[in-house]
Amino acid sequence: MNAPPIDWFALAPILIPLGAAVLAVLLEVFIPARFRRLVQMSWALTAITASGVWALIRALKPADEAVSAVGGHVLVDPLTLFVQIAIALSAILAIIVIADRTRSGEDAFSPQPAAAPGSPDEEEALAAKLVHTEAYPLVLFATGGMMLFPAAGDLLTLFVALEALSLPLYLLTALARHRRALSHEASLKYFLLGAFASAVFLFGASWVYGATGTVRFLGIAEQIQGQGLGADPMLFAGFAMLLVGFAFKVGAVPFHAWTPDVYQGAPAPITAFMAACTKIAAFGALLRFAYSVLAYVTWDVTIALWTVAIATMVVGTALAMVQRNIVRMLAYSAIAHTGFILTGLVAFSAEGISSTLFYLLVYGVATVGAFSVVAAVRLRSGTLGAGALTFDSWAGLGRQSPILATAMTLFLLSFAGIPLTSGFVAKFGVFAAAFSADAMPVAIVGIACSAAAALFYARLIYSMFFAEPAEALDAGERTQGLTNITIAACAVITLALGLWPAPLLDFATKAAALLP
Amino acid sequence: MIPYVALSALLFVIGATTVLLRRNVIIVLLGIELMLNAANLAFVTFARLHGDVTGQVIAFFTMVVAAAEVVVGLAIVVAIFRSRRSVSVDGENAMRH
Repeated sequence: MNAPPIDWFALAPILIPLGAAVLAVLLEVFIPARFRRLVQMSWALTAITASGVWALIRALKPADEAVSAVGGHVLVDPLTLFVQIAIALSAILAIIVIADRTRSGEDAFSPQPAAAPGSPDEEEALAAKLVHTEAYPLVLFATGGMMLFPAAGDLLTLFVALEALSLPLYLLTALARHRRALSHEASLKYFLLGAFASAVFLFGASWVYGATGTVRFLGIAEQIQGQGLGADPMLFAGFAMLLVGFAFKVGAVPFHAWTPDVYQGAPAPITAFMAACTKIAAFGALLRFAYSVLAYVTWDVTIALWTVAIATMVVGTALAMVQRNIVRMLAYSAIAHTGFILTGLVAFSAEGISSTLFYLLVYGVATVGAFSVVAAVRLRSGTLGAGALTFDSWAGLGRQSPILATAMTLFLLSFAGIPLTSGFVAKFGVFAAAFSADAMPVAIVGIACSAAAALFYARLIYSMFFAEPAEALDAGERTQGLTNITIAACAVITLALGLWPAPLLDFATKAAALLP
Repeated sequence: MIPYVALSALLFVIGATTVLLRRNVIIVLLGIELMLNAANLAFVTFARLHGDVTGQVIAFFTMVVAAAEVVVGLAIVVAIFRSRRSVSVDGENAMRH
C-alpha cells in the first residue's frame, strides 16, 4: 500500500488552526498569568488570519488550482476555499468579541470552570481575579474542524471533522461567567443531542459503505450510476441517517430543538462564534454532499429536502414571533434562516451553489454582529442584568447607546432582507435560484416567511427606539471596547455588501465549481 | 455475514432507545457508546463482505472519536453533578420556551 502524496500547501488553511491550537495549550502552561490573555488572543487571531489569508490567496489564483489532497480524502476546490474564507472572517470577528471584558477585567468566561456555581471555590477564584484562557485553544480547535468540514471528500473525514468542530463547542458552551447553571444545562443538552446525531450519522455512513463498498463521495456516485444502486433501500436508509446528522448541525426542523437553549445558555461571544461559523461549515459540507452524491440517486430526494426547507422556515418564523427573550428570538430566526439557505441548496444548480455561498457569508457576518451587540449589552449590564435579554429590558437602548441600537437595527434589517443591506441581495439570490430550478413551492413559502419575519425584527427595533425605557441598562460597567470593533466591522460589511455586492457575487459564482 | 449486520442494527436500536428513554445521563452516555460501537461492528462486517480494509480502518478512527466524546461528556456531567448532586436529564429545565 502506497502512502498518498500530501499537498501541504493546499491543507495549510486546515492545519494552521489545528497546529496553533496544540501550541496554544502549551502557551497556557508556560506563559505567566498576567500576559496569558494577551498572548492567547493575539496567537488565535494571528493563526486564523493566516489561515484565512492563505485560503484567499489560493482562491484568487486561476481555477485550475483545485487539488484533491491526501488521495482525494480532502478536496481543496473553489467551494472549499470560499467556505474557509467565510469561516475565517466570522471567526476573527468573533474572537475579538471573546477577548473583550469590562473595565475591571471581567470577561464572559468563568474564572474557575471546574468549581461548582456558588461554591466557596468559585468565590475564591472570583476574589483572586483568576483568568482562564482555555477558550482560545478550544476556539482554534473548533475552527480547524470547521475548515476541514467542507473540504471532506469522504464520509470518514466528514465524521472526524464533525466531531473536531463539535467537541470544543460543547465545552465552550459550559464556560459562561454568569448564570452558570443555565450554561451547564445548555452544554449538556447540546452534548447529548449532538452526540446522538453524530452516532446516527456514523451508522448511516456504515450502511452507505455496506451498499457501495466505498466511503469516497466520488466512489459512491460512481457506484450509484454504474451498479444501478439508485433505488437501493440500504443506501436510502444510509443517506437518510446521514441527512439527520447534517440537519442537526445546520439546525433544520425537526432537529432544531437544541438551538434556542444552547444560544441562550452559552456565553454570548461563543454564541456569536458558533451561530455563524458552525452554520457556514455545516452548509459547506452539506452542499458538497448534496451536489456530488445526492444528485445521483433516483428516488425523489428533492421532495424530502423541500419538505425540510419549508418546515424549517415555517417553524422558525412562527416560533420566533412568540419569543420574549431576544437571544431565543435570534435563535429561532437562525432556524428560519437555515430554511432560507436550504431554499438555495435545493435548486441543484450552479446558481444554487453560488447564491447559498453568498448567503452564508452575509448571514455569518450579520449574525456575529447581532450577537456582539447582545454580548456588549450583557457585559455592560453586569451580574445584575445578566438576564436582561427580554424585549422590555431593551426598551430605550436607542436613547442610552444610539450607536449600539443603530448597529443592531442594521443587522436586523439585513436578517429581514430589506434593500440596501446585504441580506436583501442574499435572499434575492436564493429565491431566484429556487424559482429558476422550478422549486416554486419552496420559494413562495420562503418569500411569505421572510415577509412575516420582518414583523418580529420590527418589534425589537420598535422596542429599542420608541418604547419607554424600563430601567437603566448601563447599570454595570462599560466594556474595554473590543466588541465595538467587531460591531463596526460587521456593520460596514453588511452595508457594503448591500450597496456593492457585485465583487462578492462574482467570487461566489466562480466558487460554484466542485471537484468530484 | 448477514447475522452480524442484523446484530449491529439491533445494538444500534437498543442504544438509540436507551438515549431516548433513560433519564440518567451516565446511562444515556452508555447508549451513545452502544450506537457508535454498533456502527463499528457494521463497518467491520461490511469490510469483510467487500474484501476491503477501509471499514476496519474506520473502526479505529471511531474508537478514538468515541473516547474523546466520552471525555468531554463526562467532564460536563461531573460539572453538573457538583452543582446539583444529580445526574438526571429531567433536572435540567431552567429554560422556558
